[in-house]
Amino acid sequence: MGYAEELVADIGQKFLSRVMPKGSVYSVEASGLHYRDLNTLLRALGNNGAKKIEVHNIYGQRYIGTGFDQKIIVELFGTPGNDLGAFMSGPKIFVHGNAQDCCGNTMDGGLIVVHGHVGDIAGYSMRDGKLFVRDDVGYRAGIHMKEYRDKQPALVVGGTAGDFLGEYMAGGVILVLGLNSENEKFRARYVGTGMHGGIIFVRGEMSNLVSGVKALEANEEDMKFVEGLVREFCFYFGLDVDDALDGKFIKITPVNLRPYGNLYAY
Amino acid sequence: MKSYLPPEYIVYRDHERCTRCHVCIEQCTYETHYYDAKDDKIYSRDNNCTNCQRCVVFCPTNAISILKNPNTFRENANWTQEAILAIKKQAETGGVILAGMGCDKPFFTIWDRLVLNASQVTNPSIDPLREPMEIRTYLGSKPDYLEFEYNNNDVALMTKVAPQLCLETPIMFSALSYGAVSLNVHESLARAAAECGTYFNTGEGGLNSKLYGYGDHAIVQVASGRFGVYKQYLDVGAAIEIKIGQGAKPGIGGHLPGEKVTEDISRMRMIPIGTDALSPAPQHDIYSIEDLRQLICALKEATDYSKPVSVKIAAVHNSAAIASGIVRAGADIIALDGVRGGTGAAPRVIRDNVGIPIEFAIAAVDQRLRDEGIRNKASIVVAGGIRSSAEIVKAIALGADAVYIGTAALVAIGCTVCQKCYTGKCPWGIATTDPKLSRRIDPKVASKRLVNLLLAWSSEIKEIMGGMGINAIESLRGNRLHLRAVGLTEAECRILGVKMVGE
Repeated sequence: MGYAEELVADIGQKFLSRVMPKGSVYSVEASGLHYRDLNTLLRALGNNGAKKIEVHNIYGQRYIGTGFDQKIIVELFGTPGNDLGAFMSGPKIFVHGNAQDCCGNTMDGGLIVVHGHVGDIAGYSMRDGKLFVRDDVGYRAGIHMKEYRDKQPALVVGGTAGDFLGEYMAGGVILVLGLNSENEKFRARYVGTGMHGGIIFVRGEMSNLVSGVKALEANEEDMKFVEGLVREFCFYFGLDVDDALDGKFIKITPVNLRPYGNLYAY
Repeated sequence: MKSYLPPEYIVYRDHERCTRCHVCIEQCTYETHYYDAKDDKIYSRDNNCTNCQRCVVFCPTNAISILKNPNTFRENANWTQEAILAIKKQAETGGVILAGMGCDKPFFTIWDRLVLNASQVTNPSIDPLREPMEIRTYLGSKPDYLEFEYNNNDVALMTKVAPQLCLETPIMFSALSYGAVSLNVHESLARAAAECGTYFNTGEGGLNSKLYGYGDHAIVQVASGRFGVYKQYLDVGAAIEIKIGQGAKPGIGGHLPGEKVTEDISRMRMIPIGTDALSPAPQHDIYSIEDLRQLICALKEATDYSKPVSVKIAAVHNSAAIASGIVRAGADIIALDGVRGGTGAAPRVIRDNVGIPIEFAIAAVDQRLRDEGIRNKASIVVAGGIRSSAEIVKAIALGADAVYIGTAALVAIGCTVCQKCYTGKCPWGIATTDPKLSRRIDPKVASKRLVNLLLAWSSEIKEIMGGMGINAIESLRGNRLHLRAVGLTEAECRILGVKMVGE
């Protein structure tokens, strides 16, 4: 059976005209397509051996790639809606445009690269995988990120981040580069409130520091780790590594594993 | 600082009966008992005793009795013992007083003010020992109407019915997280749920892969800490529950004390060993009904619309309006947890003062959804200190589809409601993750106790139904004419939708 017959079996005749094969790369026309149909289509293509899928004219469809565990590359052109890649573990998603809220929500692996801004709640409770954002993320990014042994998620933000970054963070790494705001302090408030694991790196100076976290200048070993992330970041966005590594980096970690350990009378 | 806190309990030991076998010393996890070699006697540190009764049960010669400390402060109707002790404790520690289990105040229980009906003369009662009684319950969204296609003598259902949970008895095990309780307790609940054809709720600590085999009987919870939530976990469960709130601590998050965060809990929750597992107060991706809809849709999309999604809220003042929003957000099940609902750890001030009794919440939510014509869109599961089959029957008559039991299930396997679950030292091996203590629960034995309880309660439910002349639990659901109130005010009766006795 050719790809077309199998696709028809999975998704029905009506969506077939939206798919254009180019070798193992498939091009999908998404305008006006409901997210359920779009995800069904992407899954079907993945199951039919597609390695890479380009999706054009995305207009706010939510839940793209949500729960996907297939190892496919998805290039999205346009603006995907909320919960992009939620609970996903397999795909590599490249967004040519901005992403909205809850991008990478409870993500369990894979990669999301956004050539633009991301809305609020990016990478909420990430368990693994990487989320690279070229420009800014909104409020509440990286809340309650986690880690266990080799499962160590990373959120890298090229621009700046809003308040509550890394709140209740239990693991993983957040890196804020501030590339679009040279010589400006990182102004987010409540960064790392309730943090009890993980690391937040910030390039440049910070204006606000909550109690319960400590901010030290990153040492040589830290910088090796940061450099790895920065190199990957610059690779995706075609930026200069030395520029992105220029200046000092602050490393924010919890003071104490039990920030609220003294809150209670037993 | 010298502590001014007197012991709550005094351990009395009959030294004549005591054989110095040391069982009490071994069983107590709070180091209450100790052996004095010089006197060749066992003594007790009364201050450590929580009155969990473990030593009493295991003492082979019945030598121990635990009594409430007869020494009290000067009697005062306002300045009660509890009020004075709480202030002293806080003056010594500066801390929020923690409590385990549900609200222990007497003024919230409406069940005791409701009585059930029975058939006399005008319609015959049914003998459940002789005739089939239907207590099977389906949870999930029901269609507005059904369409059939008739072909000669064949009838085919054309309506696509939303996924349902099938319960052989309208009793499920409430959310008890792995971490709050041990893996052996989880396994006991899972085995019992599977054997009884019902469901257990994982709580928010994930489901250990050893128990994936019981996934068909698991409701997997997604809460604000998102602990143990990943694709396979969502796939393996029979239903998914979004936990917004809990009756014991409405509006606040949960802190699983670091004492309980062992290696395996750290692995499951992906947090460092020994940290408090912090569940934020809200889910930070849900600040509105619209956001809730978004998570419901995301979970359905992630699991291919194959299972019902439940939303659990604490019963609070505006539960009825909130429930309406939850149904409109696409939930298939609403779980309501009343003020007496249990917990492993909650600030006592919240536990005992925040939220409303489940009885009013059931009536208000059921009525609201009926008034709005959307009652069929979601099932209502209720929880919050249900202690007997009679309360289950009353809950269903008020409008619930099924109930969750948590504390009652734990009591069945040994818990004595000593309320110290947050210490991680549960002498009964229940509210602990200590591998040694966890072994005190044998899943084979404990699941048998749970199966027995469900069997007994199911029999009682059938017996009560038979007495009413009802042979299917569906006929009891929301049937408030089978309830009458004793000693409730007119306003209370109006909200509950029940008449006074004699009316």
